[in-house]
Amino acid sequence: MARTGFAALHPGQAMPKAGLPLLPMPEFQRAIAAGVGRGLRVSALFGHCPAPGAPVELFAVLNDSARAILRGARSVLAADDFPSLTRECPQVHLFEREIAEQYGVTPRGHPWLKPVRFHASYRDLAPGSPAGADADAPAQALLPALEGQAAPGAGTHGAGPLIGVTDFYRVEGEEVHEVAVGPVHAGVIEPGHFRFQCHGEEVLHLEISLGYQHRGVERMLIGGPDKRGIPAIETLAGDTTIGHATAYCQALEALGEGRVPGRAEVLRGVALELERLANHTGDLGALAGDVGFLPTSSYCGRLRGDFLNLSALLCGSRFGRGLVRPGGVAFDVDDARRDQLLTRLAATYRDVQSAVNLLWESASVQARFEGTGRVQPEVALSLGLVGPAARACGIDYDVRSQFPSGIFRFAQVPISTWTTGDVFARAYVRWLEIQRSVLFIQEQMKALPEGPVRTAVGAARPDHVVVTLVEGWRGEICHVAVTDDSGRLARYKVVDPSFHNWMGLALALRNQQISDFPLCNKSFNLSYCGHDL
Amino acid sequence: MLLNILHTVLHVTVALTLPPLLLGVIGKVKALFAGRVGPRLLQPYYDLFKLARKGSVISQTTTWVFHLGPVMGLVTPLLALLFVPLVDSHAPVSFNGDLILMVYLLGLGRFCTASAALDTGSSFEGMGAARELTFACLAEPALFLGLLVLVKLTGSMELATMLGSSLAGHWPTAGASLVLVLLSWFIVLLLENSRIPFDDPNTHLELTMIHEVMVLDHSGPAFGMILYGASIKLFLFAALLVRLVMPVSTGSLALDWAVLVGGVLIVAVAIGVVESTVARLRMTHVPLLIVAACLLSGFGLVLLLR
Repeated sequence: MARTGFAALHPGQAMPKAGLPLLPMPEFQRAIAAGVGRGLRVSALFGHCPAPGAPVELFAVLNDSARAILRGARSVLAADDFPSLTRECPQVHLFEREIAEQYGVTPRGHPWLKPVRFHASYRDLAPGSPAGADADAPAQALLPALEGQAAPGAGTHGAGPLIGVTDFYRVEGEEVHEVAVGPVHAGVIEPGHFRFQCHGEEVLHLEISLGYQHRGVERMLIGGPDKRGIPAIETLAGDTTIGHATAYCQALEALGEGRVPGRAEVLRGVALELERLANHTGDLGALAGDVGFLPTSSYCGRLRGDFLNLSALLCGSRFGRGLVRPGGVAFDVDDARRDQLLTRLAATYRDVQSAVNLLWESASVQARFEGTGRVQPEVALSLGLVGPAARACGIDYDVRSQFPSGIFRFAQVPISTWTTGDVFARAYVRWLEIQRSVLFIQEQMKALPEGPVRTAVGAARPDHVVVTLVEGWRGEICHVAVTDDSGRLARYKVVDPSFHNWMGLALALRNQQISDFPLCNKSFNLSYCGHDL
Repeated sequence: MLLNILHTVLHVTVALTLPPLLLGVIGKVKALFAGRVGPRLLQPYYDLFKLARKGSVISQTTTWVFHLGPVMGLVTPLLALLFVPLVDSHAPVSFNGDLILMVYLLGLGRFCTASAALDTGSSFEGMGAARELTFACLAEPALFLGLLVLVKLTGSMELATMLGSSLAGHWPTAGASLVLVLLSWFIVLLLENSRIPFDDPNTHLELTMIHEVMVLDHSGPAFGMILYGASIKLFLFAALLVRLVMPVSTGSLALDWAVLVGGVLIVAVAIGVVESTVARLRMTHVPLLIVAACLLSGFGLVLLLR
């Protein structure tokens, strides 16, 4: 259905920017709304300002997973405001807030227009200049912003607003009370602010306010590709090093017409699955820990480390840093190392099986997991949830299956779904994926193709656009790279799965017990820095 | 007379020194289940010593009520313990009806801890206080119904007699009632001492805590007093269970004390095993288990009255 006026896009294939239809704003928005109405999902919707003060260009990438194709288009904002699409199409709500904040434009009629990351607008910054005044501005300069900074996105040029200072949604009433948690938490976790509107122990509404981890990664990448690119991407969300690095490298390879050798494709796929194994195992252990179930909690903590050590076996870094590089991977494996990896994987997997099966066999754990934090499938669809959180609601979407790239084109990983949408489902989908990932690694490592592991990648082609999709362990990672007329990156957009899913957590908490929040939170286990960029 | 003084001295000494060891034993058992070495048995003593030497940070919004909490949290279980016969039929203080004083000394401690929590004005601590008091109200009948069984059996309202050596004679005839009380009181012990499945003493998640969240604002020596008081309360409940099961008097003072100390440590091991194998209850299900404890004690009483 190309009637939408959007062009077909293939992930991992660069196309000239001119090939992306430039639609007038009303048509652009109508097409997005129509696409979402037909069941498409918004993978990315972002602004781009080619020169200081220039009109803002909008890019949209719609995901037609049923047809395994992406659809893209762009538009130019004639004025500093545009009618908001959020009421019609809730999944663009955070994208519109992001555009409003980054480019100082106003989506008119947006029902929830608040800062996303609390930084100053990029609008007047020269392309490639550092991450924005917010990072360098002294605290004093920010202080006056305290008063009346609630009007969000309203062209906050200059010093950015104070993080976390905004209007929070409030429920008023005799017996209603508000609980504020964070940004500093009791555990060693990332900072984020949570406001609960409670009636007794029942949560009526949860509002999540992030931005504390904003480092300006997207701005840092402008002017690249350069040496800073890979380290910035690898630390964008520390637990998704391989996922983001793969998406980034695929983008550079597409732009520079590089070819990745088969052996490197396999190693990338194996590293991606090892990352999934480590995080899923850690999550199951943490879920057990949150309900005070000691055995699984303590064993999974160790086993996560064992999986991380397998990543270290591949590249020397437990988090897979330094492995994925444009054109392939930086480290080869010899036969001895491969055999060691397979032996250790089998041993670790055996332990994971016994530790995790305790969870499903223990009635006291099941009583906590089942029915807690339920997300209805229609809510998941309308919010555009991704990853295990979406698959736990029965949504059949996995980038490895619908948009396979690299080795996943040849070795399909079945989609693991469950239907109940509760904490149990999110935990169980993780367990199903652990099993599939182990099988995948075993098959692939046994049939490792011969050949080099890295080839040279040419310079990026000028005025091109590429979208890459990778199924990170949290879900769909979407990177969009746009080059300028000299082949430098003019805009690099990163959409971490957490960006789609935070709202899902907020809605999962509705009418739940506030004491179940940590459990729900852990079942999503979203990234703060991946969201804050 | 001399024997009485010796009893009292031993009673007070054990009450003051033994309780933190129970926490050490629980920790060790949990560590074994988790495949770890765990902290050493005496770690809770080191922790208390460490806290005693630390300074305190006190919120400016608090009043004297905040300071009263930890003091009462330590003093009330100690006083309550004076009425419980640890060996033989001897308790340092005892009079007709002291069981009510014992239970409400614990209630007074809880009242002061909850008031101190509310005094901080923190939403977390208010939430914790509400939870603690709700559940404690529900647990009180279970404790009292169990005590009623003992009153009915022994015909005394003095804890020293009710849990004294005369109780041993009732096990053959009223064993079923006593077993029911034992089960009920073990549940009450887990609840009153904020153990799994009611509360997780190790969690850092303030939204899920019951007891721990009430004491978040206390630090240094005050926090040490709270931990110490909590361990004494745990010892008190463990001693109640031991006396219920083994109200024996061997005639040898040393053997009597060995039975008590051994018994209390076995209770600690049992708590450790429960904590290692069971997950926490959902908060809404906590009252169901407490009501079950009340029913167990109640049935114990019904069996006697039939």
